[in-house]
Amino acid sequence: MEFFRSHVLVCSGANCSLKGSRGVRTAFVEEINAQGLDKEIKVIETGCFGLCEEGPVVVVYPEAVHYCRVDPQDAKEIVREHLAKGRVVKRLLFKGDMELPGVQTWQQMDFYSRQKRVVLRNCGLIDPDNIDEYIARNGYEALGKALSAGPDKVIEVVKKSGLRGRGGAGFPTGLKWDFTSQAPGEQKYLVCNADEGEPGTFKDRLILEGDPHSVIEGMAIAAFAIGASQGYIYFRGEYRLSIDRLRNAIEQAREYGLLGKGILGSGFDFDIDIRVGAGAYVCGEETALLNSMEGKRGEPRYKPPYPASVGLWGKPTCVNNVETLANIAPIILEGAEWYVNIGPKGCPGTKVFTLTGNINNAGLIEVPMGITLREIIYDIGGGIPNGRSFKMAQTGGTSGGCLPEALLDVPMDIDSLEAAGSALGSGALMIMDDTHCIIDVVRCLLQFFCHESCGQCTPCREGTRRLYELIDKIARMEAVEEDVSLIKRLARTMEDASLCGLGQTAPFPILTTMRFFPEEYKAHIEEGICPAGVCNARSHIA
Amino acid sequence: MAIPKEQLDSVKERVIQIVSQNGAKEEALLQILHDIQADDNSLSEAELLQVARALDIPLSRVYGVATFYSLYSVQPRGKFIIRICESAPCHIVGARAVISAFEEALGIKMGETTTDGKFTLEATSCLGVCGVAPAVMINDEVYGNLTPDKVVEVLAEYDADEA
Repeated sequence: MEFFRSHVLVCSGANCSLKGSRGVRTAFVEEINAQGLDKEIKVIETGCFGLCEEGPVVVVYPEAVHYCRVDPQDAKEIVREHLAKGRVVKRLLFKGDMELPGVQTWQQMDFYSRQKRVVLRNCGLIDPDNIDEYIARNGYEALGKALSAGPDKVIEVVKKSGLRGRGGAGFPTGLKWDFTSQAPGEQKYLVCNADEGEPGTFKDRLILEGDPHSVIEGMAIAAFAIGASQGYIYFRGEYRLSIDRLRNAIEQAREYGLLGKGILGSGFDFDIDIRVGAGAYVCGEETALLNSMEGKRGEPRYKPPYPASVGLWGKPTCVNNVETLANIAPIILEGAEWYVNIGPKGCPGTKVFTLTGNINNAGLIEVPMGITLREIIYDIGGGIPNGRSFKMAQTGGTSGGCLPEALLDVPMDIDSLEAAGSALGSGALMIMDDTHCIIDVVRCLLQFFCHESCGQCTPCREGTRRLYELIDKIARMEAVEEDVSLIKRLARTMEDASLCGLGQTAPFPILTTMRFFPEEYKAHIEEGICPAGVCNARSHIA
Repeated sequence: MAIPKEQLDSVKERVIQIVSQNGAKEEALLQILHDIQADDNSLSEAELLQVARALDIPLSRVYGVATFYSLYSVQPRGKFIIRICESAPCHIVGARAVISAFEEALGIKMGETTTDGKFTLEATSCLGVCGVAPAVMINDEVYGNLTPDKVVEVLAEYDADEA
């Protein structure tokens, strides 16, 4: 085995890649070779560090010095200064901490020190394309432990951990496994839902790109628990970047006997195939996803029966989200007790959030459930840029609720957010400053639902279109008082009568903004004024 | 409307090959359509009919799938499909100005194709790269942090490529 005195980890996550991290990596390799340091220093492409706003991100170990916005020229300077002479390139350190002398490593930065990384435990630390590095960090140890403990014990631990689904619905994972395990039938399936279509959400993509084996190991344990020998990962068609990495990881796991026949010398057989979607938001709904996997239109099915009893090709099927599965190995290794002690009662563990919109440190974070919105925005997110002030945060993605400043201290967990009139959902967190008009943003959200309603049931197909027209009417200053009550009636009908979550939650943004920002609706309807100066009489692109 | 026999014959061999590569099962229909569409970004009636025959399922089912998912098109499209994200996270950091810049630079509106058949403009939902919003995807290539000025730069990359 080769030893290196330093390792340069270059982020190869989707966001940093788009900012040119591949060129940065090449520049490192070239300069290291030019300086004759190639026997001493190794360059590795790693998964997302999370600070996407400041990308491309580079971390130099063993010191763990964290560099931001690195371009190929900067890379050469880092080699010549830091790696050859031991002098940190100060101008490339994170600017938020520049005033604090001595803060150079990522562990010292507020952005990281306030996080708790369970799901993202390996992101930014290992080479995701190398299974040995995953194994070196206790990878696949949990699978071995699970195989010797037996399926019932595994389900019991996951039940006790209190883990709830991280895809949006928050259903207890252990219970779902139990239902599938107890469903009659020889053939059962495990499906990993990687159809991450919720706008503002990119956590699953970065988990899969940054640590694919954490998901594969979680799948193998889940499959063992429910008695499935075949698993599938259903990807969004748009996620080309992630698919190749997953294929490579699956291939490596097969070579090591961690997938396939008689895993780790046990009698347990399990393998994983990849399925690719073709652009339909509704396929994130688990029964629509199953239809799509069968080669059909991705229209949701009636429930019950639930997939746990009648799923893929009519067989008992367990559908779990990527983040849920990435939590499994740590729970099995550390135990349910450990997990329960992270976060609040009833909703334990951590949550991965994606910060987007008007926030300084846009990116990916993982924090204990129950942390407040204010801590996320100001302590970790670095606050609102350009000296503007906070106006609204939408939690849970497009169908999530919109929260005003008065609710900044709401704990971010499934139950607290629901009580506050919002939703944790997928973990999307979109922050808006005071330059934005609520009506204009809600119109954008409703336009999305018009486009993504699958058209199968009337309340959703017609309701999303009519809601869009009503909000557009408000934006064009043509609405009258009666339109408000019409919106409320229509929203209630959609919530009650739509077949799946898409139609049931589509009115959510409009209802929560009517509740929390009534003055903005009033100004548009009664006074014909857009306080933010965004709306005019011109119709939106429909 | 009947599809001319020459059209059916001209696509037959390729469709049958793609179908058999994917195991000739209905569950593989999405991947089959992805592969067939790879040559010209669209699915012709002749191709859909040949898929239906090869899988031994009704044409209506194939057509239903082809028109359900937004990555497929039964209308001819350009060689390069520019998919512009108009989801909220891109919207609030300037996606609309990016849309206008593309429309102006190409002289077409959203949903249209340039007369030389080179570019098609489409709206897409979230591409999952909100860290670099506003974002677009041109065929398989994603571009982020766009501004109207950068739109011109991005399009220049495709200048050399003949339609």
